Amino acid sequence: MAGVELTGVRKIYPNGAEAVRGVDMTIEHGEFIVFVGPSGCGKSTLLRMVAGLESITEGEISIDGRIINEVSPADRDVAMVFQNYALYPHMTVRGNMSYGLKNRGNSKAEIHEKVEEAAKMLRIHDFLDRRPQQLSGGQRQRVAMGRAIVREPKVFLFDEPLSNLDAKLRVQMRIEIKRLQRRMDVTSIYVTHDQTEAMTLADRLAVINDGRIEQMGAPLELYNNPTTLFVASFIGSPQINLVPVVFDGDKLISGDIALSGFKDLPTDADLVLGIRPDDLTQNGEGEVSLRVDLVEQHGAENLIYGALLGAAAEEGEETEICIKVDQQTLPKIDATLKLGVNKSRALVFRKDNGQRVL
Amino acid sequence: MKRVQFEHSPIPYLFIAPQIVIIAVFFLWPAAQAIYQSFLLEDAFGLSSQFVWFKNYSDTVFSNSWLQAAGFTAVFSTLVTLLSLAIALLLAVKANEVIHGARTYKTTLMWAYAIAPPVAGLMGNLMFHPLIGDLYKLMNAIGWDFDHKLDAFDASFVVILISVWKQVSVNFIFFLSGLQGIPHSVVEAATMDCKNATRRFWTITFPLLAPTTFFLMVINITYAFFETFGIIDTTTRGAPGGSTNTLVYKVFQDGFRGADLGGSSAQSVVLMLVVLALTVLQFRFIERKVHY
Repeated sequence: MAGVELTGVRKIYPNGAEAVRGVDMTIEHGEFIVFVGPSGCGKSTLLRMVAGLESITEGEISIDGRIINEVSPADRDVAMVFQNYALYPHMTVRGNMSYGLKNRGNSKAEIHEKVEEAAKMLRIHDFLDRRPQQLSGGQRQRVAMGRAIVREPKVFLFDEPLSNLDAKLRVQMRIEIKRLQRRMDVTSIYVTHDQTEAMTLADRLAVINDGRIEQMGAPLELYNNPTTLFVASFIGSPQINLVPVVFDGDKLISGDIALSGFKDLPTDADLVLGIRPDDLTQNGEGEVSLRVDLVEQHGAENLIYGALLGAAAEEGEETEICIKVDQQTLPKIDATLKLGVNKSRALVFRKDNGQRVL
Repeated sequence: MKRVQFEHSPIPYLFIAPQIVIIAVFFLWPAAQAIYQSFLLEDAFGLSSQFVWFKNYSDTVFSNSWLQAAGFTAVFSTLVTLLSLAIALLLAVKANEVIHGARTYKTTLMWAYAIAPPVAGLMGNLMFHPLIGDLYKLMNAIGWDFDHKLDAFDASFVVILISVWKQVSVNFIFFLSGLQGIPHSVVEAATMDCKNATRRFWTITFPLLAPTTFFLMVINITYAFFETFGIIDTTTRGAPGGSTNTLVYKVFQDGFRGADLGGSSAQSVVLMLVVLALTVLQFRFIERKVHY
């Protein structure tokens, strides 16, 4: 049973830059946790602190109840898969996979057995005696996974392991990683900036922004109930539509648009209305209208991008929104569509601090 | 299938002509001259010469002084190569770990790079001067009856010390850039796989430096054979009793000081063959163990 516990973890670099600003987190045994956030948000730094590749300025990290702040990376019982795989170029695939075991003093027979087993599991059996240069990107990725698996660590760490692969392979490896993690039942922390990867892999997702955890929870929980504007705009593809509004007591107002049916919202602050593209429907007597700029055909569905007519916006700018429709709906460019809003799923945030108010 | 034939223009030959001329004038022609000379015996004033077949060669290779020089050259170049590589590698690994003031530290270590071998020799002369040399005094102060003018071992010590010192900075630069060329993540992966830093160095860092090490080994052997001429000429001049004569220095001494052009030419031809054999050996047997 190996959980990971982070308490008040901070990272301040010698030059004063603060990369992680106090993170508390409890990860249960066998959980698949994904850190997601824009680049430079501190998610990789946090992972590397768990790995032992970055020192911990403040706070404590413990694995399986043991505080590991001062424990050397090799003794932490964690294994990491790097973004560029970081395979040892002068060793064969077998050498790469057995290196860590050899240094831990495992017997030859034991190493052989473990490597064979992992190689079978990852289907890299045929090139155990090749060197990394002779392998394709996907194969190298598997070897990197294999190197982590044979160690039988308490925690797997993944640092954007799929970002060097092409799109098709990425989806395939994503599924495989998930399946492998289920099967081995090992606590895993996975860092990515790709929100599709984050949504599909995670048991729980931690959205990180500027060194802090914005929100942590199950992927759907974050999608349906984001607590901040940042989480709402980061999770979901295509992105949530955001319209600047104010509340006049019973209607949300944006320029010429007035949406009724809202109550108990602050009237003294600028607000932002967030509606997912799936929550807008084409409908003859809709409350808002859209002028079509672009139609993206994705096969099963079409995404229509356009300007929200009448909405308040910066001078000369229009509020861009997106709706999701079925594959048959192919409006002409510059056509006007009437849209209905699913108000029960509308999200409202304060503009000043990004906190959700509805 | 018709083979595509492009029209040739003479202009490319013009571009490589200067290089060809330089090689011909300064390398091919003198080499040919040396081979030709090595079959001749000249009188002391250079007025007449006589074709003597391989006599110069047999005189050379079977003479005691040549064998002595060959022995010294073997010991000298092995020690100079190994020591300057080892010291430079150690310094580079340590310098690579320095965080504060790294630039100053590295620049200081690279400085000696710009010093020409004869200048290094002259500096050595001052440091080992029996009257004013600090190192000379130090050696005697610690109880070593040191006198490089009389003792063959001490003289060898001086030329090796100066030769190594001069070469360390060159090797240092290459090793340092080699170390910086090792991907950071590979080093990190190794930290997670192996706790022992020494073991990590020999299993990961050193093998990844192998191409650099091999290149430097070739360069250093060449240096020890040929470029140390300036150091020996300014310090010991092969003394005492020819004990610090390298093969190259002996070629110079016999040819220019001893006026034995034929014998000296024969020696340089033999030297060329030795170096050729050595290079072939290096590339055939050592390079095989290098993974690029």
